[in-house]
Amino acid sequence: MSETKSAMGCALELKALRKSFGKTDIIRGVDLAVQAGERIAIIGPNGAGKSTLFNLISGRLAPSSGEVLLNGQRIDGKKPFEINRLGLSRSFQITNIFPKLSVFENLRCGVLWSLGYRYSFLRFLSKLDDANARTEELIHQVGLDKKRDVLAVNLTYAEQRALEIGVTIAGGANVILLDEPTAGMSKTETSHFIALIKQVTVGKTLLTVEHDMGVVFGLADKIAVVVYGEVIAFDTPAAVRANARVQEAYLGSSVADAQGQGH
Amino acid sequence: MTPSAVSYYRFAPLNLGRALVWTLFALLLILAPLLFRSSLALTMLSQMGYLVIICLSYNILFGQGGMLSFGHAVYTGMGAFIAIHAMNLATQGSLPVPLVLVPLVGGLGGMFFAVLLGFVTTKKSGTTFAMITLGIGELVASMALMFPGFFGGEGGVTTNRVYGTPFLGLTFGPQLQVYYLIAAYCFVCTALMFAFTGTPLGRILNAVRDNPERVEFIGYNTQRVRYFAFIIAGFFAGVGGGLSAINFEIVNASDSLSGARSGGFLLFTFLGGAGFFFGPIIGAVLLVFASVLLSEFTKAWLLYLGLVFLFMVMFAPGGVASLVMMNLRVVKYGLFKPFWALYAGLVATGALLVVGAAALVEMVYHIQLNSALGPEVAFAGLTLDTSSTGSWLGAAALALVGLGLLEWVRRRFARAWSAAQEQIEAENKRRAVA
Amino acid sequence: MEFFTISLLNGLSYGLLLFMLSSGLTLIFSMMGVLNFAHTSFYMLGAYFAYSISGLIGFWPALVVAPLLVFVLGAAFERYSLRRVHKFGHVPELLVTFGLSYLILEVVQLIWGRSVVPYGLPPALEGPLFTIYGTQFPKSRSFIMLIAVLMLVSVWLLLTRTRIGLVIQAALKHPEMVEALGHNVPRVFMLVFGGGAALAALAGVVGGNTYVTEPGMAASVGSIIFVVVVVGGLGSLAGAFLASLLIGVVQTFAVAMDQSFAGGLQALGLAVNSQTFGYELLSLKISQVAPILPYLFLVLILIFRPKGLLGTRED
Repeated sequence: MSETKSAMGCALELKALRKSFGKTDIIRGVDLAVQAGERIAIIGPNGAGKSTLFNLISGRLAPSSGEVLLNGQRIDGKKPFEINRLGLSRSFQITNIFPKLSVFENLRCGVLWSLGYRYSFLRFLSKLDDANARTEELIHQVGLDKKRDVLAVNLTYAEQRALEIGVTIAGGANVILLDEPTAGMSKTETSHFIALIKQVTVGKTLLTVEHDMGVVFGLADKIAVVVYGEVIAFDTPAAVRANARVQEAYLGSSVADAQGQGH
Repeated sequence: MTPSAVSYYRFAPLNLGRALVWTLFALLLILAPLLFRSSLALTMLSQMGYLVIICLSYNILFGQGGMLSFGHAVYTGMGAFIAIHAMNLATQGSLPVPLVLVPLVGGLGGMFFAVLLGFVTTKKSGTTFAMITLGIGELVASMALMFPGFFGGEGGVTTNRVYGTPFLGLTFGPQLQVYYLIAAYCFVCTALMFAFTGTPLGRILNAVRDNPERVEFIGYNTQRVRYFAFIIAGFFAGVGGGLSAINFEIVNASDSLSGARSGGFLLFTFLGGAGFFFGPIIGAVLLVFASVLLSEFTKAWLLYLGLVFLFMVMFAPGGVASLVMMNLRVVKYGLFKPFWALYAGLVATGALLVVGAAALVEMVYHIQLNSALGPEVAFAGLTLDTSSTGSWLGAAALALVGLGLLEWVRRRFARAWSAAQEQIEAENKRRAVA
Repeated sequence: MEFFTISLLNGLSYGLLLFMLSSGLTLIFSMMGVLNFAHTSFYMLGAYFAYSISGLIGFWPALVVAPLLVFVLGAAFERYSLRRVHKFGHVPELLVTFGLSYLILEVVQLIWGRSVVPYGLPPALEGPLFTIYGTQFPKSRSFIMLIAVLMLVSVWLLLTRTRIGLVIQAALKHPEMVEALGHNVPRVFMLVFGGGAALAALAGVVGGNTYVTEPGMAASVGSIIFVVVVVGGLGSLAGAFLASLLIGVVQTFAVAMDQSFAGGLQALGLAVNSQTFGYELLSLKISQVAPILPYLFLVLILIFRPKGLLGTRED
């Protein structure tokens, strides 16, 4: 599907996005249009700029040029909290939670702003029924019911990753960015986690950076292949698998040629 | 399927324990002057009262927010100045503020300056924040010299706290009445600050401490969180300052706004324990003991303080509160019995070391400061002779023996402690699986 | 013109002294992420050691021996105290250096007393280097400038041209990787910390007898140094250089100027007297305002350019 869709259905759009650090171009002009509800996997060799792309979208970095549009609204150059309030949330490759707060508290922090509690210091957390109810729901969704009061720093790695996802979706954002969510997990943990991700992102737009091809092919509607700061392919998994440029990038040109010639 | 809401909220057991603790706290505040009747005790209790407020307000920044401030005295000091001017205006009749509300005026003063200076201060975090607070502290302290009208020059500003009509028959002239005023504010402010820890802002502040970057990604403007916390801390700092103005009836710029005073708040809040709510309360008590009692006993008290602080940072960064809680945890698991003897051993051998080292320090201080008074210095009931090698050798020997024995006991303690911790971990695992 | 030149020279020498101090601080911070609160305490130690050593064997040996002594002390502190605290994070590191500054102050007062000590200039540095417009520019101040420049150049050469310098620079950004490559990074940290302390002590050796040597010297210059580092931009040596000179020059000028804002308004023909609103503020002489100028800079920079003049890192 290579026609440009109207801006109405487009949850996230990147237009001619560029990022340089000094003289080094990391992102060299990326165009991407993600429809609402799509699940996109972003793959590519190491150093291709995948995490940088996420950082640009989520506001951690400001682009050198180009536009990022969320539901048709420009968000490039905005601060992370502004972008989050507009409905985009992300997780981190290196677990980024609140170590000295319990699992429950971690998740509750994630829901507070979206429920409108802002900087309130005149209400008690224990009395915020909607926040507490939503937090209970989240804890159940990520499967950490038994670890409710455990400090985040004392969880196992996989549990911390689950908490990470939980905090990411807590605010009810519609566009979710997951940066290598299954990094460092075993096979069983990974498949369990993918089921979790599928469950909690129902009806939402999802972008994940992934290296595990099994995950990618099982989860994604479309795959974007990023190589040297450019998107060289953005298509269904089957189409990407057959794409010559992608093969060349991953396997080297001679092999790609060989495959093309049917050897 | 979402489980029902009722099973989430834990009620009775926790609330009962909490109500008990607060009642005990209130009783302690009320009964303290009756238990310790000397005027020295009353002086100390009064100071502890408002220093508790100040140290707790400092911990809003430090322990709860991860903001290391070297300039908290600005807000306590400005609160004190505004309060004392309010009292003077009230005495003249221009501003009808009853004495019982003066601490609130101080609080508003502290808050005003926190609003003014806090925006710029909280623009940065971490180490830069610390340096900014240092710079702004110096700025305000230096400015004090430029405005003698407000700051009273070298003599400071004085007042009389007895003015206007008595409140419920109390003139607040006698120290006892002042103590109860302080104690009332102490209780209320402590309760308010504790309540703050359970509010959305309080919790997000903790999140900012733990991971300021992540907070931005869940929709919060980290700088604004810090700014609001700064203002709230400034308010309570001002209340504490106002109470100190009432207590001493004088406020002096070089004293109340000094970097030394800020450093003191930091030091003792840290010593008390920044990781627990009640830690700064311990810190405030220690502050008064050190500055009032210890300074009387020995000229070397700042040296001892510095050493204690240094060792605390290196070996017990959670402060006294964390030591208490760690031991309570061992008690809770019923494993404390062997530690009675071990702690006794640590105390005894530590005492030898401390006495020996202190004797040396006292003698050195005596030579430096009081040599005109002759070579003898009184030390813990004994008389040491700085001119005799016997005193020196004796003290040094005592210290060395103490050090050796302490190390021996410490190793045994460490072994027993890690064994206990292992047992606790094992027990935890067993309970988790069950 | 005379006032301008002399003040400029004085300001530059003071600024270079500030830079000697702030550069060491910046280096340690860049390397280890530790803001050494006791940095100016090492400055003070340098001055006091030099005072005592000059009394024994003369100033010129003291110029070498005092920094060496402080180097040893600094390295020992890093090895036995700071290193232990490293695992707790940056705040405890800052706190432990804060505690150290307390201790050094007490010990200095204990050994040398609480008043000014007569740490004087050696005969070779007394008197004017040259006379300009009838005012003398002292040899001592030009010596400070000389030492500062020499120090700068040697540190720069060390860092960029020697092998150990290369290791230090690498360890600045990636200590773990450098350690994995087989270098003794903890030892490097110890040497850098000791080196930073020695540089501060060197500043103390030359600053102590040009200016005053007393227990308060650490605190009084301490806050200014922190301002310099923030204004210049945390982690930027060039920024520290710029900020040091700027603050040094501005303050030197300000201290010597007795004009006030009220006076200026009066010269313009406006009636300003004790009844005017804000007279207390307006009638302040610039020299009275001089002490707070660095802090005003700090506030202004934070409002208009929070990264600092030449700041490189986002905090």
